[in-house]
Amino acid sequence: MPETNAYWRKTRWLTISLFVLWLLVTFVMNWYAREINEISFLGFPLGFYMGAQGILFIYLAIIWFYNRRMRTLDAEYGIKNE
Amino acid sequence: MFGNLTKLQRYYLYYTGSFLFFVGALAVLEDHGMPPRWIGYAFLFFTITMYAAIGIASRTSDVSEYYVAGRRVPAFFNGMATGADWMSAASFMGMAGTLYLTGFQGLAYIIGWTGGFVLVALLLAPYLRRFGQYTVPDFLGARYGGNAIRLVAVGAAILASFVYVVAQIYGVGVITSRFVSLQFEIGVFVGLAGILVCSFLGGMRAVTWTQVAQYIILIVAYITPVAILSYNVTGNPVPQIVYGRVLQEVTQLENRLFDTPSEVEVRRLFRERADSYSQKIMQLPASLAIERDRLSNQINQLKASDAQMKDIVALERQRRELPHDPAQARAQWETAMFAAIERGKQPIHHAEAFPGDDPEQRMGMRINFLALIFCLTVGTAALPHVLARFYTTPTVSQARDSVFWSLLFILALYMTAPAYAVFAKFEVLSHLAEIPIAKLPGWVAAWTKIGLVSIEDINRDGILQLAELSMNPDVIVLATPEIAGMPYVVSGLVAAGALAAALSTADGLLLTIASALSHDVYYRIIRPDASTQFRLVISKSLLLLVAVLAATVAAEKPGTILSMVAWAFSIAGSAFFPALVLGIFWKRATCAGALSGMLVGMLLSIYYIIRVEFDSIPWLGISGFGMEPWFQVQSISAGVYGVFAGFFTIIVVSLATKPYPGAESFLNGIRRGNQDGDS
Repeated sequence: MPETNAYWRKTRWLTISLFVLWLLVTFVMNWYAREINEISFLGFPLGFYMGAQGILFIYLAIIWFYNRRMRTLDAEYGIKNE
Repeated sequence: MFGNLTKLQRYYLYYTGSFLFFVGALAVLEDHGMPPRWIGYAFLFFTITMYAAIGIASRTSDVSEYYVAGRRVPAFFNGMATGADWMSAASFMGMAGTLYLTGFQGLAYIIGWTGGFVLVALLLAPYLRRFGQYTVPDFLGARYGGNAIRLVAVGAAILASFVYVVAQIYGVGVITSRFVSLQFEIGVFVGLAGILVCSFLGGMRAVTWTQVAQYIILIVAYITPVAILSYNVTGNPVPQIVYGRVLQEVTQLENRLFDTPSEVEVRRLFRERADSYSQKIMQLPASLAIERDRLSNQINQLKASDAQMKDIVALERQRRELPHDPAQARAQWETAMFAAIERGKQPIHHAEAFPGDDPEQRMGMRINFLALIFCLTVGTAALPHVLARFYTTPTVSQARDSVFWSLLFILALYMTAPAYAVFAKFEVLSHLAEIPIAKLPGWVAAWTKIGLVSIEDINRDGILQLAELSMNPDVIVLATPEIAGMPYVVSGLVAAGALAAALSTADGLLLTIASALSHDVYYRIIRPDASTQFRLVISKSLLLLVAVLAATVAAEKPGTILSMVAWAFSIAGSAFFPALVLGIFWKRATCAGALSGMLVGMLLSIYYIIRVEFDSIPWLGISGFGMEPWFQVQSISAGVYGVFAGFFTIIVVSLATKPYPGAESFLNGIRRGNQDGDS
């Protein structure tokens, strides 16, 4: 069924792009934590702030966005939600 | 559905209300002279009775209820239960302390343990839920076919979970012995009872609803003391928002205190002590005899010069406590040497990322920071007791939502931990450093007595230098109520929270081990025709057996097993993560590939840990196999190698073997929810 194939293709595309975002935030940004620490944010050095709070909000946003998109996709392709 | 939800929410609102009322009542009673010990008992009794009541009310004899709570747990509550399931005694007591001691480097735990939930949400939870059986080995068995992979999965699940559950029960023993002054061994068995009342009668169903109750207690207990401390210090009761300002003050204090002449002097004295220990160790066994002669001479001189009896007795005790043989001396002196090295080190600035003397050292810190994040993330996304929670929601969409709620509820604690560390550091730098030792606040003496804080006036100036103070990580959370000058009832609340964190994690782990053995080994492999009645009997007996075994091990106070918990993440990550992810996203992955990948990944991790961490195993009679770490990666991050080796092996072996014919229809099922397999 080409319909459901499209569903899986879109799911996979969504998953991969969010996964790459996660990789960037988690590993690439933290690699430069020492440099980012030079910037000050809300009284924190930014590198410290990201590790203690900022990244965690981004994680939450990634999951929230994924769930929202998947709900739309489920409805669009009439996927049984069991 | 909606009516059910509001009813549940109402129940838990009543429950939270009555818990707060209970705490308030105890506060009033304390004001009227109720002794602290009774407050401790009251917390212990009240919370465990609550858990028992929920456990008994949710008893069941239905297989689906027992293994997956009947798949009727709404996303919101599954999030809370996952939060409690996930946050262990170590998260509750140890994390703030680790952040206190290591500053920025400790953030690896915060990032790693939350980042893992993104992987769970994107890569695993929806597919596990759509597959809809009972355990993680079930999933691997169905995807790859055959019992061999099921058995390997069961083995890895038990290996990772058992050590972990022992550490939780050990934690219960520590908490009860400190706050209620029960004997440690009795505390362990109180903990065992607390765990069994939740899981024995009602399985997953009872564990779920007690975990929700435990989450509420642990989060209230964690946030209350630091909110009050924050209010005292800054006038704002939301520590997460204001501690940036406190961190700035900490940095200023650090700049002022770290290089005062007396601090530099104290650190030099500790380094000299470390050097003298290292010389003594090198000159073993002769140095042991010299040491004994030196003490004997001193004693004889004192005796001849009619000195005070007290001094002679002290020296005689020193002589008695000398190690008996060179091997013991080496062990004892090495510990003392490392402690002295630790105190003699240049202290690190709390907010500095990757501190070090030269670029190479800084690079090592950077690599280890990222490697640790990697292992903790992948480990989080592979621990069977966490993954099993996502089988319990009514729908796939709710499974996805419940990962969101889980992370939100976990963040409540993980965002508070760094604030704890910064506030504690502020107190230490501003109220302990440069203070005469005789005038230190009372809480220091109280925790010194138990051995969690130690002070040594090495330069004998009667004033505390920072390097003269060393603290056990657990102290930060446990002592914050006293640091902020709060009544004992807050300490009791913290103890109840720590207890809830330990019990809830132990419940989840125990259930995972018992269902791996009873469902995957007994029912799926040994006797597929067993009646449901009998399957539950087997499951409950195994649960009891494993619980008693874990408590017995914990009662032995095994020191090494506690440090082994950190390795569970590397082991679980390298065993499960590649096989699960490739199983879902790569049609071509085969059984032979997955099997060899799981074994190679897991064994490589274990091999790396053993060779980096140990040099000899006395009871096996082998020694001298220690090795230098690869690229400076510490043993706690062994999973970096294990996970990549696992992926690599699965891909190579899968390409060399014939595809599994069942994979197509299985994947059609979990990817889109139609089981027929037409494409």
